[in-house]
Amino acid sequence: MSVDAADVRRIAHLARISLDESRVEPMRGEINGILGWIEQLEEVKVEGVEPMTSVTPMKLPMRKDEVTDGGYADKVLANAPNADDNFFLVPKVVE
Amino acid sequence: MAELTRLTLAEARDGLRGKKFSAREIADAHLSAIEKARVLNAYILETPDRARAMAADSDARIAKGEAGPLEGIPLGIKDLFATEGVRTTACSKILGNFIPPYESSVTANLWRDGAVLLGKLNNDEFAMGSSNDTSCFGPVQNPWRRRGSNAPLVPGGSSGGSATAVAAHLCLGATGTDTGGSIRQPAAFTGTVGIKPTYGRCSRWGVVAFASSLDQAGPFTRTVRDAAILLRSMSGHDPKDSTSVDVGVPDFETAVGKSIKGRKIGIPKEYRVPNMPTEIEKLWLQGAEWLKAAGAELVDISLPHTKYALPAYYIVAPAEASSNLARYDGVRYGLREDGANIVGMYEKTRSAGFGPEVQRRVLIGTYVLSAGYYDAYYLRAQKVRTLIKRDFETVFADGVDAILTPATPSSAFAIGEKAGADPVEMYLNDIFTVTVNMAGLPGISVPGGLDEHGLPLGLQLIGRPFDEETLFSTAEVIERAAGRMKLPEPWW
Repeated sequence: MSVDAADVRRIAHLARISLDESRVEPMRGEINGILGWIEQLEEVKVEGVEPMTSVTPMKLPMRKDEVTDGGYADKVLANAPNADDNFFLVPKVVE
Repeated sequence: MAELTRLTLAEARDGLRGKKFSAREIADAHLSAIEKARVLNAYILETPDRARAMAADSDARIAKGEAGPLEGIPLGIKDLFATEGVRTTACSKILGNFIPPYESSVTANLWRDGAVLLGKLNNDEFAMGSSNDTSCFGPVQNPWRRRGSNAPLVPGGSSGGSATAVAAHLCLGATGTDTGGSIRQPAAFTGTVGIKPTYGRCSRWGVVAFASSLDQAGPFTRTVRDAAILLRSMSGHDPKDSTSVDVGVPDFETAVGKSIKGRKIGIPKEYRVPNMPTEIEKLWLQGAEWLKAAGAELVDISLPHTKYALPAYYIVAPAEASSNLARYDGVRYGLREDGANIVGMYEKTRSAGFGPEVQRRVLIGTYVLSAGYYDAYYLRAQKVRTLIKRDFETVFADGVDAILTPATPSSAFAIGEKAGADPVEMYLNDIFTVTVNMAGLPGISVPGGLDEHGLPLGLQLIGRPFDEETLFSTAEVIERAAGRMKLPEPWW
């Protein structure tokens, strides 16, 4: 499988990374180089093999559904590029 | 007091307890060594005030007879570990001037045991790289150089700052993280010891995430014993990381010096790769001879899916990275670039904040997870991963206690040498280490000797899950047989 310029633009938009037009072609080449190399996995017989879902054989631990943390909005907001009155500020998203 | 930087961690610990010198003296000796070594670019943030304050607290505790296991031991911390009140960037522009309001569990364990923070160490951006070239703070220099040459060499990556800091005597030990080889490859390139413990041994909480099912923290030190001491303090169950495993932490140090008589060491034929430098092949054979001489039984084994580990990794790791790195959106922390609307703001922020290698991996990861491609790539890679793990389970079930391999396919290369056109060439650095992450196993890199250019080469030992002790016993046999690595004298 390989990607074309339109795929690269679509992937970049899905990943929310703006890509100058001048970078599309080099990126297409690099991605296709990597995908071509990955293709060797098609030689592996994987029929009937379970995909790995947990590195160590363990059940994810459960805990009681209760509030265990919080109450420090100032700390949460301390690194925000733009914040006001305990809110993160972003460009307008609704008219 | 320059000689205080030449001590091993174990010697420093014993000397501090015996009041031969103070924590303040040992901290000052390291702070002045760090100042003189800025050209190496290992530390991207020095924290002398905090180091002196922590050392003073250590001295007070030693005086009261309340010394912890690492009391007064000065350490460097990879910039992937969140340190409360101390800038943490993962060496990415996108984190900007992020000051964590919390402490990672691993570093909290170190401070609980009395260790002292010297500063934050350089790494590849978001730990994506094998040369430390992708850091937004610039490359790190290896203290080693080829005989008769002044060309700057890479320390390996991603934990390049950690490896250089330990090899150049700029700390007594350092933390690293290892997703595909990021502790073991730089340890091999710098003549230091590095261990990636079993997945789940160290908490990932507060460690900047790259690929969550592969990431694991571990120590860099100058001796096997020091690695055992440091790993014990870093380890332990943490309810804040749901993949942290609730098992006891052994006193790893007691495994150092234990006999390996009768232990079965596997030699996997698939690690004999085409174009392997003869010196690496020779070192591998030599390592096997050393273990045999110490009473171990060598057995030829087969791990048939080895060659598929690296391509499968380059699906799994970018896929997980693309979702982990979705959080860098310019809203809650770090860099923000204004755009015409909110999507424009996201896109410009991420384009300006992520470097080229990170962007490439996020795009690959986004592609392999996108609608219509998930089964062909990600699902298949996770099945291959099951097969890789099964290969190891089979040989361990046959009675193999540990597996001996080379750590890297080459010694350290020049800065910029592999930064050329083909990213896959750089990826091949991890060919011997990445299988271990895919299977969640522990792996240690220990110096074995020098190549024809006078550069260090490492041997890797791979162990059963949660059996780091066998790795420490076996690695120490190699260390003893090879002789402690003589590290470069300062030219900086």
